[in-house]
Amino acid sequence: MLSQSILENKSKNNKKNSHFKQKFKEWFEVLPFIGLGLVLLSVFVVYPQIKNIYMAFTNYNIMPGQPSEFVGFANFMRAFHSEKFWLAFRNTVLYGVVTVPGQMAIGLIVAVLINNVIKGKNLYKVMIYIPVITSWIVVSLIFKYLFTDGKEGLINYALLKLHLISNPISWLQNTWTANFVIWVLGIWKGIGWVMVIYLAALQGIPNELYEAAEVDGANPVQTFFKIIIPLIKPTTFFILINLIIGAFGVFIQVMMITNGAPLGTTDVLLNYMYNRAFSDFEFGYASAISVIIGIVIMAITLLQKRLLKYDEFNY
Amino acid sequence: MVKSKFGQLIIHILLLICSAAMVIPFMYMVATALTQDTYVMPYPPILIPKSLYLGNFIEAWNANNFERYFLNSLFLAITNTILSLFISTLSAYGFARFNFPGKNLIFNIYLFTMMVPGVLNIVAQYTVINGMHLVDTYTGLLLLYVGGGIAGNTFFLKGFFEQIPRELEESIIIDGGSRWTIYRHIILPLSKPALATFAIFAFSGTWDEFFTALTLIKTPIKRTLPIAIRMFQGQFATKWGLVFAASLIAVIPIILIFIIFQKYFIRGGIQEGALKG
Repeated sequence: MLSQSILENKSKNNKKNSHFKQKFKEWFEVLPFIGLGLVLLSVFVVYPQIKNIYMAFTNYNIMPGQPSEFVGFANFMRAFHSEKFWLAFRNTVLYGVVTVPGQMAIGLIVAVLINNVIKGKNLYKVMIYIPVITSWIVVSLIFKYLFTDGKEGLINYALLKLHLISNPISWLQNTWTANFVIWVLGIWKGIGWVMVIYLAALQGIPNELYEAAEVDGANPVQTFFKIIIPLIKPTTFFILINLIIGAFGVFIQVMMITNGAPLGTTDVLLNYMYNRAFSDFEFGYASAISVIIGIVIMAITLLQKRLLKYDEFNY
Repeated sequence: MVKSKFGQLIIHILLLICSAAMVIPFMYMVATALTQDTYVMPYPPILIPKSLYLGNFIEAWNANNFERYFLNSLFLAITNTILSLFISTLSAYGFARFNFPGKNLIFNIYLFTMMVPGVLNIVAQYTVINGMHLVDTYTGLLLLYVGGGIAGNTFFLKGFFEQIPRELEESIIIDGGSRWTIYRHIILPLSKPALATFAIFAFSGTWDEFFTALTLIKTPIKRTLPIAIRMFQGQFATKWGLVFAASLIAVIPIILIFIIFQKYFIRGGIQEGALKG
């Protein structure tokens, strides 16, 4: 009896040992492949993400070796009581509310048009995609130039010549005209990307469906709403999530065109965060802003996944 | 399909309006860059250059160090593309073909880090780089570029590697080849189109990268093109011809790459989000 149980134990131990050995061997084999990436990702992404949360609760001191005072939720409280923060928050949300539907609607229409055009398909595609591949810095400068105050700016010039306005508009001096310029730029730059994604989806719709609709006497508008829109629904979700997250990343164009002027009324969250960190050196406060933005983005992503059953869709 | 001639005409008109809205701002930039600067904006605005005045380009390139900034950007973009290509293909192969304890957990952590945009980490990343005394160095910049790209790149490439039939690998194993042989002689050659897409996006992504470079690089001579253009605009606010000539130096290579490798761009567009570190 006893010897038997000892024997059993021994074999169990052996099994456990060989199991561990097996696991160790597997790691040993894969480590040369994933090791370097794992280290770099841990040190330069995962660790900063965790550190960011820690920093948000401190009065962070940038000097190495200097202690950082723990301040609890003070940084978050400061943000929630700051008028500038709420202005930036409002402008970020407005940017999303205006540019996401704008990009999607125009992008979809352009995609349907290109899908239907017989000649020059590729040329149109290239022309409409060029803003997508051009750096934000450069397109921001172009828009700043297009919307220059005074009669010399191209937009003011065109509006004056068409007698739509009688005096040149000072686009970048007023909150809402400046926000308008930022929104137009956001839509203008994003249309090409939406178009390309929608085109891929449209090309997946079999021709027989269009023919069947035609036989049934559907006009193009009915075909659009009753056939195309429902069939590309998964693509719409994919684009929606990407664009909303993208909208929270609105930054370069604001920094380049207004940098928040006049008086922070065109500021957006990331620009606000960046300036707090690298102009005012308030790293703890900036981290708190970053954590708030991160939570909002995650909440939106999760909510959308729940509501739209995005999981079923794999690109 | 709209087949009638009239229908096609309407479509062409609408598409022409849309294309014009996309192209006119660029024409405005090019025409301004090709016009001699006079400190006042040309009136009426010019869309078609009257001459081929190259003075702005020469001035930006020679007198304002844009030659150097161009080389800086080129160096960083090429180095990051090669490093990322190397590390990410290895990493993706590891996740696509190996079994090891904790694999799913680690891969989920990779995916989780992608849920928030990379820009949000810049403050903490700066403190990490500062702690390593790598502020104002290309080493620090490249570590953030490569590290920041790993999760997305691994995810993107893993998908391609998994589609490669396993039977091909079995023949190598029978012949006594190792995992490295498979990686080098099966996986890499068979995913050339994916790697080309990858390289193009990694290159153009680094070429246009702004925030990390703006945050880390302090010495003027080490600036990359996007940073140089921003500083330039602050310095020569009214010399738009010069500013746009400098901008075109940065934009033209990307547009050329786009036109040459169009099909990769359009296909890769879908993964664009995943590849922008």
